[in-house]
Amino acid sequence: MSAPAGVAPVPRTLGPVAQWFSDGWITTRRNLIKIRRVPDILVFTTLQPIMFVLLFSYVYAGSIDIPGSSYKEFIMAGIFAQTVVFGSTFSGSAIANDLRDGIIDRFRTLPMRPSAVLVGRTNGDLLINALSMVVMMATGLIVGWRVHSSPLEALAAVALLLGFAYALSWVMALLGMSVRSPEVINNVSFLVLFPLTFISNAFVPSENLPTPLRVFAELNPVSALVLAARTLFGNVPPHAPPGGSWTLQHPIPAVLIGMAVLLVVFVPLAIRRFGRITTR
Amino acid sequence: MAFLEARDLRVTYRPRRAPVVKALDGLSLAVPTGTVLGLLGPNGAGKSTTVKVLTTLIRPESGTATIDGVDVLREPDRVRRMIGVSGQYAAVDENLSAFENLDMVGRLYHLSARDSRRRALELLELFDLMDARTRPVKGFSGGMRRRIDLACALVIDPPVLFLDEPTTGLDPRSRLGLWEVIGRLVEGGTTVLLTTQYLEEADRLADDIAVIDHGQVIARGTADELKSQIGGQRVQLTLVSPADADLVRPVLARVGTGPVQDSNDGRTLGVTVADGASALQEVLGEVRRAGLALHDIGMERPTLDDVFLGLTGHATSAGDAAPAQQPAGRSAR
Repeated sequence: MSAPAGVAPVPRTLGPVAQWFSDGWITTRRNLIKIRRVPDILVFTTLQPIMFVLLFSYVYAGSIDIPGSSYKEFIMAGIFAQTVVFGSTFSGSAIANDLRDGIIDRFRTLPMRPSAVLVGRTNGDLLINALSMVVMMATGLIVGWRVHSSPLEALAAVALLLGFAYALSWVMALLGMSVRSPEVINNVSFLVLFPLTFISNAFVPSENLPTPLRVFAELNPVSALVLAARTLFGNVPPHAPPGGSWTLQHPIPAVLIGMAVLLVVFVPLAIRRFGRITTR
Repeated sequence: MAFLEARDLRVTYRPRRAPVVKALDGLSLAVPTGTVLGLLGPNGAGKSTTVKVLTTLIRPESGTATIDGVDVLREPDRVRRMIGVSGQYAAVDENLSAFENLDMVGRLYHLSARDSRRRALELLELFDLMDARTRPVKGFSGGMRRRIDLACALVIDPPVLFLDEPTTGLDPRSRLGLWEVIGRLVEGGTTVLLTTQYLEEADRLADDIAVIDHGQVIARGTADELKSQIGGQRVQLTLVSPADADLVRPVLARVGTGPVQDSNDGRTLGVTVADGASALQEVLGEVRRAGLALHDIGMERPTLDDVFLGLTGHATSAGDAAPAQQPAGRSAR
């Protein structure tokens, strides 16, 4: 043992399962520390959702009429969905940043599971989104939003929102490893996710939209997510017409299937990609 | 068999909208146990690519590599338990403190929580970072970043250490400090592959030097062997007035065996020569005939710069090429 370096400890050899949990926890912890250290993330995840809930409930609630229900009740699932979908983009920009800073090279030369960095990162998104959900629901309840279903169904709605966003985090992670600079992720989230969340049933009933937009909105996966959550919260207006697409007629199975497909396709792709990337 | 061995490595980069680059073109090298091999070459010679292949980051198209008999390409996970890597970009998490970075690396080597914390503190002490241990790395100076990065590479005291341009972009004082730290490690018997574009660094830290250009090793030996390989001596003179340089240059070119080299201020010129004594006399005669004022003139053994120039026909241009590898903003952050 070399004297100046001190007496270095010998690495243990963990079983595959123990290693997976250990590596996943260490990389998750890394992201938790980052949330604490970077105030922007907390502002984005707590203040921005509060602002959205307040803006939509007070600015638009008076002008948009939802027959048989209130706009506040209608809008909440839409704000939830938009927030968690945007929350999934953290993984993309964080991994693009890691790649630029060279720390991915460090991770890849350590005897850890290649998936651990991605697991830790997507877990970070999941926790951020869970925090956002709590904050938004509390704000919603204060301004007059009510759950008209059972607590179990409300919980299922939250799980569905978080689960779908988690699956999307893996897509963003792959994207983060494929772009040349972290800024691209922000542009993509702005240019793709804004239209995707706005041309949907999140903020207005989609049947009121002009035909081309209505067709888009009915096929939009975000619409299915919003309707699934709205249904489980018991916030669907009583006389709402049935959805024009299969995904809107069966929103809950549609979201579950979409989630499964995203995970099955993008988790292996992202892990495979991680095993090859290096800072250039 | 050498502790670290690479044979006929080939790596080709195919960037979009740019010509194909043969980063490694049949590179072979061997590092005996407990020695330091300095991989010396200019930017783009293939130094970092060599390190990336040997540290499991890149798979070569062909060739073999072993570390202590373990096949790098077939058993990357076993190799990762034996290596420490410190790169030219301090690869640490900016938002984590010095201690948190070291502890994270320790835990990812699967040390127990207690061992990992103890080792982190030990390394912070060793690298003189104890006072900064709770501060996020974001606020560290360039020298401190390199130290914490090097410390991360030593968490398990690996039998092989890869140092990829450990002092590129550092100010002279931090460089000296880092050289001292690396020097102590080397004395401890760690096998090291060091890449550098600083000839002085290779001369100072490495037992053996492999000069690399266009993805191939073009010369191999100790610093002294390389120096004598390209001819015995060197005549160097310093003028009082830089304006006289153009008069002296043709004289040096005539007696020399290689191209004439200028120093930065244009007053010092030198050239490698076959027979030092007669060349020196001839130069002195010419200088006197022309009536030029000299500050200094003498014979020297060639520098490693001469070696590189003699071997490749082009200078290393380490100074002006360095910014190209350090994208704007990286070192400033």
